Amino acid sequence: MVNAPLHIITLVKWVPDAQLERRYNAEGRIDRSEGVLSELDEYPLEAALQLREAAQDREVRVTALTMGPAGSSTAVKKALQIGADDAYQLTDEALIGADIWASSVALKAAVEAVAGAGEFESGEPEYLVLTGMASEEGESGAIPAQLAERLGAHVVTYATSLELEPERLVVTRSGGTESQKVAVRMPAVVSVTDQANDPRYPNFKAIMAAKKKPLTRFSLADIGLRAEEVSAKVRVLTTTARPPRTAGEIITDEGDAGLKIVEFLAKERLL
Amino acid sequence: MSNVLVFFDVLGDALSPAQRELIAQAQSLGEVHVAIGAYEGDPTPALAIGGIGEVYLAETSLPAPEVAVVDLLETAVAECGAEIILGSATADITDALARLAVRLDTGIICGIAALNGELVATKSELAGSYTTMSQLIPAPGRPLVATFKPNNLDPERVDALLEAGDAPDGTVLPVRPSVGGVEILERTALEVSARPALAEARVVVAGGRGVEGDFTPLEELADELGAGLGASRAATDAGWIEHAAQVGQTGVTVSPQLYISAGISGAIQQRAGMQTAGTIVAINKDEDAPVFEIADFGVVGDLHEVIPQMIEELRRRKG
Repeated sequence: MVNAPLHIITLVKWVPDAQLERRYNAEGRIDRSEGVLSELDEYPLEAALQLREAAQDREVRVTALTMGPAGSSTAVKKALQIGADDAYQLTDEALIGADIWASSVALKAAVEAVAGAGEFESGEPEYLVLTGMASEEGESGAIPAQLAERLGAHVVTYATSLELEPERLVVTRSGGTESQKVAVRMPAVVSVTDQANDPRYPNFKAIMAAKKKPLTRFSLADIGLRAEEVSAKVRVLTTTARPPRTAGEIITDEGDAGLKIVEFLAKERLL
Repeated sequence: MSNVLVFFDVLGDALSPAQRELIAQAQSLGEVHVAIGAYEGDPTPALAIGGIGEVYLAETSLPAPEVAVVDLLETAVAECGAEIILGSATADITDALARLAVRLDTGIICGIAALNGELVATKSELAGSYTTMSQLIPAPGRPLVATFKPNNLDPERVDALLEAGDAPDGTVLPVRPSVGGVEILERTALEVSARPALAEARVVVAGGRGVEGDFTPLEELADELGAGLGASRAATDAGWIEHAAQVGQTGVTVSPQLYISAGISGAIQQRAGMQTAGTIVAINKDEDAPVFEIADFGVVGDLHEVIPQMIEELRRRKG
């Protein structure tokens, strides 16, 4: 029997560069005027590409999906250069200020639209959503479970390895208290940690090839959602920049620095 | 008074420090009820704390990633009329509470430091560079779901807040494990260290490239201070210490009272994981290491000389 084709939809996010100063704007929202493909989303993308490469007898497509402002096309274009087959960008004014609840509503509809649009030669595809372990700027890690709940899909978070078997995906994960090897059936949402692999870099040939790959932009209306269906449940009241830490006393070791540290700790009542 | 449901994904023979802190946080908000996912035998004696209301559990233990814990939580919320549902900000608990929030059609706020009587959550954002206050947009019958980071109350304060009580009775809810979907093939307990868990430790000793492959002096210092042991990505990537020890943007974020950084340059991705520490002490050979920009006390010197001297002095003082 030929295995059903697999459509891997990888969620990628355009985020403010963590190497630079990140800030909130006057509306209490993270300043998203500039950004990069989240480093944490390179791991699920690499995992998707490795699954595609390992599946010799199976039709596997890797789609990159992003939700974000106009600039987020940068994230999906990078994903195409790295190796995704096609890409989708969900952009809508009504998504500005989306919280976890609203983001998972929009992503659910987007995933269904993307899964429905894919045409496969070898039959009806199953789908698998891969995400990073958390967004780089929100760090909540709550989207995979919410998305799975809404899709009626299974969820496995914090994967450190993934292996495709005929009717299931075998995943190694750690959720806090133990390490587990689990088998999950499709459809599934799996979040992938930065331990899973070493993401590849696009080479010149891949960058040129990416220009020919399809990138589809859609709005909420295109995926059947109205603005009021994605209004946030949580609002930010205030944002306060933490005063930058300042350097304290710095000494050069003259053979007694160990003693001096202990004296400092005793003085600060930290022993 | 509000009803607060606290979720423990696992409850052992005794509450962990983070679980005790969570109960203390919850008791400041209303009457506390508890829902338990995985357990062995009778877990209720661990909850012998004054003022605990109902304790909900399923007939059989529901270890993560068992999705039936969400059914358990949903039923428990209805049973006790919870207006606030709280858990710790760990992966398995976030998974369960995030799904619960969808079922309750309400918002979730993750990784908070505090929640006041008006249900305004205080949270550290963008790797500790901002503090935000946020709340649920009010709507009738909409409960708040939130996860707490540990270490926001002193252990002494938690001890003072929690009074001993009788072991509560457990209420068994008619929830059964799910079938199909996710099957656990193998389970391996993570190596239990005698040291405090990194994310919860009051003191953290962390080493980087400058450790040059040997963490022994840092382990000894950590044990002398009752500290958790951390590392920079350079040290974990080199295989000198297990990956779980990584502090930083993509590793564990720590916020201890005292953070001792040894042989770590303090690049921005490392700093992101520790810059909310109360006091930072840094030891590095390179006087230009960025870590000195944020250290309260810094030593330009060789950690292989400084740390053994610290250990000796700490032992001398203990007599």
